[in-house]
Amino acid sequence: MDTMKETLTQPIFKNNPIALQVLGICSALAVTSSLQVTLVMCVALTFVAAFANVGVSLIRNHIPGSIRIIVQMVIIASLVIVVDEFLKAYAYEISKQLSVFVGLIITNCIVMGRAQAYAMYNKPFPSFVDGLGNGLGYSVVLICVAVVRELLGSGKLMGVEILPLVTDGGWYVPNGLLLLPPSAFFLIGLFIWALRSLDKEQVEEPDYKMASHTPAREGV
Amino acid sequence: MSANDSIGKTLTVALLLCIVCSIVVSTAAVVLKPAQETNQELDRKRNILAAAGMLDESQTVEEQFARVTTRVVDLRTGKFSDAVEPGNYQQLKAAKDPQMSQALSPAEDKANISRREHYAEVYLVENEQGAVEKIILPVRGYGLWSTLYGFIALEEDANTVAGLGFYDHGETPGLGGEVDNPRWKASWPGKKVYRDGEVELGLVKGSVDPSSPKADWQVDGLSGATLTARGVTNLVQFWLGENGFEPFLENLKTGEA
Repeated sequence: MDTMKETLTQPIFKNNPIALQVLGICSALAVTSSLQVTLVMCVALTFVAAFANVGVSLIRNHIPGSIRIIVQMVIIASLVIVVDEFLKAYAYEISKQLSVFVGLIITNCIVMGRAQAYAMYNKPFPSFVDGLGNGLGYSVVLICVAVVRELLGSGKLMGVEILPLVTDGGWYVPNGLLLLPPSAFFLIGLFIWALRSLDKEQVEEPDYKMASHTPAREGV
Repeated sequence: MSANDSIGKTLTVALLLCIVCSIVVSTAAVVLKPAQETNQELDRKRNILAAAGMLDESQTVEEQFARVTTRVVDLRTGKFSDAVEPGNYQQLKAAKDPQMSQALSPAEDKANISRREHYAEVYLVENEQGAVEKIILPVRGYGLWSTLYGFIALEEDANTVAGLGFYDHGETPGLGGEVDNPRWKASWPGKKVYRDGEVELGLVKGSVDPSSPKADWQVDGLSGATLTARGVTNLVQFWLGENGFEPFLENLKTGEA
């Protein structure tokens, strides 16, 4: 059971899909300006990642190598459509805010990456746990980014006012940059920096090293 | 080559997978469709009520909407029309249909919408005696990044604004997105639309000077969002102007609609 626990918790900090593998960045930039929307996105992605892994794993012994990516895509896309339909039926407001980004879970590299790298070679239950773990890893980063962006960008958390804004008669001047997608780049960058400072193992080998300086010599 | 890679097996797997997945997807779509349609309908009604400043969260939207009558107006004549059925009419779709809309010349097309539909839905709020209390009109126009879709509500004199609200836009959050700010929206009610027969209502740069003779026709601008503000002015002027609802509002006042 220990390995199961590791499968679940490894992707959260040690092997985080966003921070270490740098996958699934685009949705992390787009949906994190409000915490509530982010939470729904995290649940949606975790659901899709976990069940896509189960689906792929169930038929892993029958998937022809030549069409394996398409098979994974079909499973993922079907799950995403189901999630999208559910949101439209039961969380209409949020589904409007998420708009295309639920649909874009299909192209989220985390989901397909895990299906190909893990679910193709493991039994359904470990695959499910792996999908869940990676979904949670994604969620941790997104929630951190969303808390900073919503709190400092619009003075609210979950739509509840925390820092009263100047425009509403309070004292806090919001940082408009944090509401724009590029700010998530900075925040994710800082997150990766913090994580790699704590866990030196995650630091990548440099691609090249500067040679030490040698003084020029006279031609002989 | 393993057994999985034979052509027969590849086709079988692909076919079976597609059948299973399509059943799952279509089941979800069919089962959830009624709930989704109810949501869309509620959302539309809520937006209409919110624009008129009538939305009361303590009552259900359906209850409040009972006071609202949906009518169809022929924008070419400015009179009520029965050509399309109110409630079922897809106005935005009609605006793209050459049979149901007309192209606007660049001079006419202030709101940057390129085509205007022949028929528009209007929502009339009536009091107990059946007299019109508020007139709610759908408006849309281009801002900086996106088309803004909303409603503007007028009082029974068809000249005083009762409220304005957008239900869909893609403007920059915190800048152009401030069109959703309740404080800014609260500055609209009470403003006048027409001045000597022309649409004067619009946004100014900065704040309105209350001592200005035109203050009744001016609304505070949106700081940092000049182009969105210009878009809002343009769409208000287009839809309340001669190519929009002005003929209808004139007819309504004289009782000829």
